[in-house]
Amino acid sequence: MNIVVLMKQVPDTESELAINGDGKSIDQEDVKMVINPYDEYALEEAIRIKEAGGAEKVTVLSVGPDSVPEAIRVAYAMGVDHAVHINDEINDEVYGAVDPFTTAKILVAALKELDCDLLFAGQRAVDGDNYQTPAYVAEMLGWPLISGVVHQQIEGGAIICKQLIEGGTAKVKASLPAVLTAQKGLNEPRYPNFRAIMKAKSTPFDEKEVDDLGIDEDEVGVAGALVKVREFVLPAGRSAGKIIDGATPAAKAAELVRLLKEERQAI
Amino acid sequence: MVQGVLVIAELLNKGLRKISSEAVCEGRRLASELGEQLSAVVMGNQLGDVAPELGKYGADRVLVADDANLASFQAEAQANIICDLIDKHEPRIVLFGATSQGKELAARVAARKQVGAAMECTGFAIEDGRLVATRPVYGGRVIAKVDIHGTPQIATIRGNVAKLVEDARAGEVMAVEAAIGTLKVELLEEQVEVSSKVELTEADYVVAGGRGVGGENFGVLEELASLLGGAVGASRNAVDAGWRPQSDQVGQTGKVVSPKLYIACGISGAMQHVAGMSTSDTIVAINNDPDALIFKVADYCIVDDLFAVVPAIIKEIGTQKG
Repeated sequence: MNIVVLMKQVPDTESELAINGDGKSIDQEDVKMVINPYDEYALEEAIRIKEAGGAEKVTVLSVGPDSVPEAIRVAYAMGVDHAVHINDEINDEVYGAVDPFTTAKILVAALKELDCDLLFAGQRAVDGDNYQTPAYVAEMLGWPLISGVVHQQIEGGAIICKQLIEGGTAKVKASLPAVLTAQKGLNEPRYPNFRAIMKAKSTPFDEKEVDDLGIDEDEVGVAGALVKVREFVLPAGRSAGKIIDGATPAAKAAELVRLLKEERQAI
Repeated sequence: MVQGVLVIAELLNKGLRKISSEAVCEGRRLASELGEQLSAVVMGNQLGDVAPELGKYGADRVLVADDANLASFQAEAQANIICDLIDKHEPRIVLFGATSQGKELAARVAARKQVGAAMECTGFAIEDGRLVATRPVYGGRVIAKVDIHGTPQIATIRGNVAKLVEDARAGEVMAVEAAIGTLKVELLEEQVEVSSKVELTEADYVVAGGRGVGGENFGVLEELASLLGGAVGASRNAVDAGWRPQSDQVGQTGKVVSPKLYIACGISGAMQHVAGMSTSDTIVAINNDPDALIFKVADYCIVDDLFAVVPAIIKEIGTQKG
């Protein structure tokens, strides 16, 4: 049993973002990059399966720029056995994985060189918030897809999962190999300690380029993308909030209700 | 011939979801701009009176797949039916509500058809006969305008973005075959709670609590939400502490809401929370820490104890309602 976890590096949620001069990308120069939070659940679950004797090997696969090895070190420190980084920089600042479709193409090409019985991904990546890469990957591989998993159990050649659905949960079963996406609630990811992260610095990993996978560069990047960014803008800042003064909580409440009615017609 | 807009409607407790009615209204607007027809699809079992409701919001035609095999939601089965309908009707645009079901279906259909999909859209325009979508990315820290390639163009629309406008059309009802196809994922059992509560993502009013609530005592927030006809939400802190269920969480690892009025009580306002509520029309923050980040995104700020202020708001609204 070999598990592969798809991992994406994303800007830290609390970081402030600036838009590049091209008007359609983010300046990642000074932004702290972290593992996509949903991918942490996927990594943790894969490692737990292995620790419980349910798998021989956990491999992490990540497509992204030069900064990805930082995330790979954290994954190693958490307990994965092997890491593959597909560096998708084609030319200076020109990248191959620009939308879920091109990302999936690269991932699927990389997966051909890996043994995989179970493919784990996060339910979504919190940068593009696209919710689609695992679906494209599952479709390209012809494998079953189970989304929003909060519990799993491998039984022989099949996997039984509990997934969050609208208004409740469902228990579903699929044959392996399969693609699963991790939802919050699946587990509580471990925090690797500093020593483990330092130690992971010297752990070797495979680094490949898009070219090495036999992918034509015109099939990926902006040319191959199905969703193309026309422009990025920063959201209009909300005007400074009005502080509601009052001698008592009751006075403040009364003033708030008046303003919500008169200024906003909100109640 | 490629023609028209197709909206995939979703049910909740046997009724049409509000977000689906909104998607139909937005679909109507786009279809009219294109000078083409709007069709709506509804899938389920013993659907009853759902179809006329779709006509009321502007569907020229309602496609109904009513079958015992569709009694429970199975993404794969519904995606198969939608793909068949796309082959047969060749819509220009396929629109879903951005619920967890809608996003999962949109992703599966886009993957099958090898076309692009734009999720959680907050605006649409038609340019040269093609849909251009506006959507928040990076948890709402950036707004993107995107072109969606392939035909059909697929998109999901965020709740409370489109206005509900009645625009009654023929709403001609057509039964369609529920060809669920061969499924790779087998449904063993489901547990769905039929709730009379307002769905968090569809609520016009959300009263949310965070660390400042200090425990499971959300009673006063429940009371205000109920008085307004809204729903209770929670920050990640409140959920991780076990005070509220995961399904109440608003934020980057929870739900995205966009109500008319969002009242944040005892919530610090970390980006990961703001990502889930920044597109609300009006934001009120109540927090006894004057430096709380939530005050930077709030329209109205009250620096005080939420347990003193919230009951006073309830009393004030109650008195006025008389």
